[in-house]
Order: sequence, then structure tokens, then C-alpha cells
Amino acid sequence: MHVPDGFIDAPTSAVTGAVAAAAVAVSLRGARRELDERTAPLAGLVAAFIFAVQMLNFPVAAGTSGHLLGGALAAILVGPCTGVLCVSVVLLMQGILFADGGLTALGVNITDMAIVTTVVAYGVFRALVKLLPRTRRTVTAASFVAALVSVPASALAFTLLYWIGGTTDVSIGKVATAMVGVHILIGIGEAAITALTVGAVIAVRPDLVYGARDLRQRLKLRVNGELVDAPAPEVAVAARTSHRKVWIGGLVTSLVLAGFVSFYASADPDGLEKVAADKGIDQKTEEHAAADSPLADYGIENIDNARLSGGLAGVIGVGVTVVAGTGVFWAVRRRRTSDAASPVSTSVGTSV
Amino acid sequence: MGAGHAHRLYRHGHSPVHALPPHTKLAAVFAFVVVVVSTPREAMWAFGLYAVLLATVAYIARVPAGFLLKRLLIEVPFVAFAVLLPFVAEGERVEVLGLSLSVSGLWGAWNVLAKGTLGVAASVLLASTTELRELLLGLQRLKLPPLLVQIASFMIRYGDVIADEMRRMRIARESRGFEARGVRHWGVLAKSAGALFIRSYERGERVHLAMVSRGYAGSMPVIDEVTADRTQWSYALALPLTALVVCLLGWTL
Amino acid sequence: MDAVTASLDVSGLAFAYPDGHQALFGVDFSIARGERVALLGPNGAGKTTLVLHLNGILTGGTGSVHVAGLPVGKQHMAEIRRRVGIVFQDPDDQLFMPTVREDVAFGPAAAGLKGAELEARVDHALELVGMAEFRERPPHHLSFGQRRRVAVATVLAMEPEILVLDEPSSNLDPASRRELADILRSLDVTVLMVTHDLPYALELCPRSLILSEGVIAADGRTGELLADEELMRAHRLELPFGFDPRSVATAPVGP
Repeated sequence: MHVPDGFIDAPTSAVTGAVAAAAVAVSLRGARRELDERTAPLAGLVAAFIFAVQMLNFPVAAGTSGHLLGGALAAILVGPCTGVLCVSVVLLMQGILFADGGLTALGVNITDMAIVTTVVAYGVFRALVKLLPRTRRTVTAASFVAALVSVPASALAFTLLYWIGGTTDVSIGKVATAMVGVHILIGIGEAAITALTVGAVIAVRPDLVYGARDLRQRLKLRVNGELVDAPAPEVAVAARTSHRKVWIGGLVTSLVLAGFVSFYASADPDGLEKVAADKGIDQKTEEHAAADSPLADYGIENIDNARLSGGLAGVIGVGVTVVAGTGVFWAVRRRRTSDAASPVSTSVGTSV
Repeated sequence: MGAGHAHRLYRHGHSPVHALPPHTKLAAVFAFVVVVVSTPREAMWAFGLYAVLLATVAYIARVPAGFLLKRLLIEVPFVAFAVLLPFVAEGERVEVLGLSLSVSGLWGAWNVLAKGTLGVAASVLLASTTELRELLLGLQRLKLPPLLVQIASFMIRYGDVIADEMRRMRIARESRGFEARGVRHWGVLAKSAGALFIRSYERGERVHLAMVSRGYAGSMPVIDEVTADRTQWSYALALPLTALVVCLLGWTL
Repeated sequence: MDAVTASLDVSGLAFAYPDGHQALFGVDFSIARGERVALLGPNGAGKTTLVLHLNGILTGGTGSVHVAGLPVGKQHMAEIRRRVGIVFQDPDDQLFMPTVREDVAFGPAAAGLKGAELEARVDHALELVGMAEFRERPPHHLSFGQRRRVAVATVLAMEPEILVLDEPSSNLDPASRRELADILRSLDVTVLMVTHDLPYALELCPRSLILSEGVIAADGRTGELLADEELMRAHRLELPFGFDPRSVATAPVGP
């Protein structure tokens, strides 16, 4: 699914770049609570693992290529924020070292493969763990389902981005069918590997599974013959973040959607319109009918008269997204400080 | 880090390109790719010029053409896709050698192929002239958040550890008479994944403990300061700046 | 020996791993400045777990650890880690930089040292272990004994209050073993040596602690402990065949 340079048009790449940067910024803040000294290398290991599984590429007819994604594994083992960071780092290093995925398409790649997979997987995972009996088997089963859902979700996100900013007008139906179809198959493989890995880790080192932190038992210590309670592990803060992650995830997703929908509302992204636009390439002198609206041109790339306005719209788009992203950032920070002040919300989700 | 000081992609050498500070190279490659992508796809000659620019860099870096071309093979899945485009895309069609091809699909295929290939070639040149550790230092100097650099450096070290553990586990399996032959044995291999994960983690954890014990607190201490002076920056940025000129010509001509 | 003057003071330390396995059941001991002490115990006695508590890598149990009067805890972590130098069992875990010089410089650089001061620190540490001429070599090209010496240098470069060695003699050939002993004897720091190599403990450490089943089972002069056959057997400690601790001139008591 790695998108190469030039596959998605420049404005969409820029906007997704801004979205990805905002999400990474939010995740960086969240990750500080998810990661402690002992789990920091775990994030690296998860990243290395994902790097390895993403190297197994299957060519997909109407997508670029399909492979295991690893977002679910990352979210469950190290937490959703760190998960986003892990997959983003993998994509960045793949881009730099292996030229797998274009550098300018990094935003697109991070959005569909890092953000969508981890947020979806973690949401599903937490919901299942909450609903089902609290056992280790539940954690394994929940990981299976979460991974299974996350892969087609990512494929859908890709299809959406392609629909908005694809540089070639393959019919959206063909892309969606091929991408989602193939990725349901990949999802099964991903689910098996995720469940087996999480199951193995939770059996031996339950302390390393972030998603199962609140299943942990309070330890009793025997000191000189007497039983003493071990000091409470510091999970209160970590458990609280699980709500926040879903909340942030929802916000980022809606931001993406809102951004794109408002942008492209005026530019008809229908295949027919694009065909007309591409015909314009051959008739360079002809002014395009919709040229009076700068945003309309923006959806129709690579036409003479759209160049300037398209660029302008791209700049406006990035500006809006950055402002919006900063707004989210501030709002999150505000909320967090007010939350910290109220002990009631701190205890939500904590278990004994 | 680890044994990662000599990765397979890196080609040892002493060319002027090797000697440039890593962050200038990273910035140059990134700027170059941005310029390439924002070039109109109709300006075919511009992409030819970009290719010439990259070939010049490869010549200065003494990276042989064969090496570069072999590494470009990573692109194959995209090429397969690009070849399909003219058949599946909609719109006006032209007859080429008796095949009905979509015009927009042809443009799309050309667009993906040209820009993708140039992007891949630029990254390949970067990776083959810069050591991994340098790349990480470069990212650090370009103000990538330290946590991301940390995850990246652990990732690279674990890459070695995982490969190592995989080899040991394979030897252990094979010395007990197991060989993976076809789909029937995938179950065993999948189950190894969990064990591999734990083993790699615990090995890497020991290294991490040793680092933490020596005062590591999240970012690699700077032992040899890497700085870039004005000349080095101008050398590195010569590539994207020339490309920018080509790009601007592409827009105006 | 009170907590203020002692290099290391451990009291009531108990710890269980998250999977429920309890490794330490209330450990108490104290080591005075300049002492060389061996921590003996069979496999699985909790030796490594104890070592990881000394610089705060493992926390969360009960009890306390003080290093030169400073409690091990979140607020002084950087200082504690500078003061407690741990040489791990496998030098391959400890050496992770591309050259010996960079590896030895890692700790002091993390503490903020730069330039000429850093170089001087590195050179001094490498001279102490006799590895100065290997500065620019990659660690994995050295012999095992050399790697262990470099590992000791990486810790010495931080000028620690106490040097903690986990199984320093394991996997060493007799010559490397003797060279390392000479180096350790020449150092002027407090040493806690975790080992089940009993002759090595006798050679280097006047005092020994026996850690067994998560508690300190014995504390006394190394020669006397090793000569107590009943005690040794009770804690699964065995001397090499034909080795008689009474026949060896023991290290003098005291610093």
C-alpha cells in the first residue's frame, strides 16, 4: 500500500502531510505517558517487527501493493500513541533507506497505514476487552478481531485518499473493490500473526502488553515471612489515556474528513469530470469552464490554467489544516490540564 | 548501533558525496523529491534532466550504475501497477498496436513511473552514500523529535537482533529435523513469531539496560559534533536548486 | 557502617516480577567505601535481580537502596546511575557503539562531558584496563577477554562510586581471567562482584555475601565461608574439584 511519489496529487499530499504531522505531534505527547524506561526498547522492537512484515509485498491489481501492516500489533503492545509513532518511523525509514513509499507521499502513507490502523485497531480492541470477560484469552481474541478490522479500514482510507487526490482516474469502484477485497485476505494473515504474537507475549511477559495493563493483578510480596502489598504500579495515568486516544483519534479522523469534504465539495471528483480535465491537456489553449472557482480547479490537477490557483488552494489548504491542527492540539492540552485537576476522571478505567 | 554501522544498502567510499554531513544530504534529497513531484507531467524533458542530475550525483559519489539499477528493483510492484493503468483507467482511448488504451491512464502511468523512479533513485543514492548511524544523527540534527529518533535507532538495532535470533531458531528447528516446506508448515513458522518476539525483546532489553545504566536518557549523546559549513550546504543544495530551475522552466515553457 | 558513610546500603529489599514470580524476599546488607565484596549464590538465587535494583532499573518492590547516602529513586536517577557502574555479564550487551572509543565515551558524554575533557576521560579509562591501543577498533573484532576489559572501561569512564560486576570471570580463559583480576585489584573503587566462581571470589574479595532463595544467607570473610562445607552445600555452592580454600593465601581483610 506504500504510495510512491507522484501517485497522489500535490495538494492532497500536502494536506495529509499536515494531518500526519499533527497526529504525530499529538502522539508524541501521548507517548510520554505510555512509554517508560523499560518499554522504550519495546517500541523499537515493534517498529523493527513491522518493518520486517511490511517487506513482504504482494502486488495488488488496482492498488500499489499489499502487505501486512502491523498497526494493530503496535497499538496493542505499546499503546495507540506509541503505535502511531512506531509505524510512522517505519514508513519514514522505509522511504529514506529502501525508497519504499515516496518521501512526498509520506503524509498519505502515515495517514492510512499508521493513523487509521492503530486508531481503528485500538478502538476495536478496547471495546472488546471491556465487553468480554477479563481473561488473557480475551486479549488474544480481541487482538485477532482488531487486526482483522484494521487492515480493510486502512484500505478504505487509502481508497478515499485516492478518490480525492489520485493522479489517474481509475474508477473508484474498481479501486475500492480490489483494495478492500485483497486487504480482507491480508487482514486474516495479519490477525493470525498479531494474535499469536500478543498471545505469546502475554503468556510470558504480561507487563509488556499495554492493552492489557488493567488486567494486571496487584502483587503480594513475601518479606521475611510476612505478606505485604507491593506498591501500586503506576497504571492510573496510562489507563486514563485509553479514552483520550479514542477521542483524539475520532477528532483527527473527523478533521481529515471535514478538511477533505469541504475542500472538494465544489470540485466534482467524479471520473467524468476528470476525463474532461485530462482532455484539456491536449487543448492547452482552452480555458476550463470551472476556472472561476479556484477550489474547483484544485480538484482537477495538471491543467494550464489551474496551475496558479491550484497551488494557491494547496497553500490555503495546508494553512487551514495547520491552524485546525494547532487548535486540536491546544484543546487537548487544555482538557488534559483540567482533567489532571479532577481526581474523578483520573480513576476512570483504572482497575485493581 | 549494534552491528548496524555497515548496512547492506551502504556502499563504502570516500567520495565528496559520502563526506557531506548527513543532514545536508537528507534535506537535499527531500527538497529534490518535492521539486520533482511538483513538476507538470507533460514536461517530459524535465524528467530527463532530473535523471541526468541524479546520474551526475551518482558519478560524483562513484556509485556504479549496475548497483543503482539493481536497487531500483524495489519499484517493481509500482511498475506492475503503472502498466495496468492504461487498461483500467477510463476516458478517451487510443489504439496502440491493436490495444485500446486510456489516454488518461497513459498519462497516469507515465506520471507514477517518472516521479516514482526519480524518488526511488534519489533515496537509493542517499542510502548508499550515508551510514545508518549518520542518517539517524542527521535526522536528529534536522530536529526530528528525539522520541522518533530513539524508536528508529532501536528499530535498526533490533533488526540485527531479530535476524540473529531467527537464524538461531532456524538452526534449532532444523537440527531437530524440521524444515519448512510449503503451506503445511506455516503454522509452525507463525508460532515461532511469538517466541521470536520475546527472545528478541529480552536480548535487546539487556542492551538497553546497559545503555540506561550508563546514563542514557532517550537521546544518543553527541560524541563527535557533526556540523555543516556554508560550503557543504551549498554543495548539497546544488541538486535541489538545479532541479528547481528545471521545474520552473517546466511550468513556464 | 551507617547509611551515610557506606558506599552501598540495602535494606528490606523485596521484589516480584510482573508475572508473579518473586525473586527477592527481604535483602539487607551494607558495603563500606573501598571494600571489595563478593556476592555468591547459585543460579536463580536472585543475584541479577538484586544488581538491577542497585541503579534503579528495577523498582516497585518494597525496601530501600542507598548509594553513598543517596536513596535510589526517580528524583536522583541520573546521579545514581553515574555513581553505580554495572558491568553486565555479556560484554556484547554492553558494547553497542561502532568503536571502542565511542563506546567508552558514551557514558561521560551522556553526563554532559565534551571535547578535550571527554577524550582525557576516555584515554584514562582505557589505560586503566590496558586497552589504550585499541581505541579505534570496533568492539566486536576484539577477543572476549578484551571485550570484557573494554566493558569495564566503559563503566570506569563514569568514575563510579561503586563498581558492580556481574559474573566477571565467565567465559574467560585463564590468562584473561588473571589479567582482569590484576586490573580489578589495581582499581581504587568499591567493588561488588556477583559470581559463582568461588576461587575468583576468594582471590579478590576479603568479604563475601551468600544470596540464596532471595535472602542474604551468610555474610563473612570469604575464606571462612568457603571452608564451611555445610553452609556451602545448603546453598548449592560447590568448589571446583580438588580446590581447598584453606590452602590458599586469602586477600587481606579491609580496604
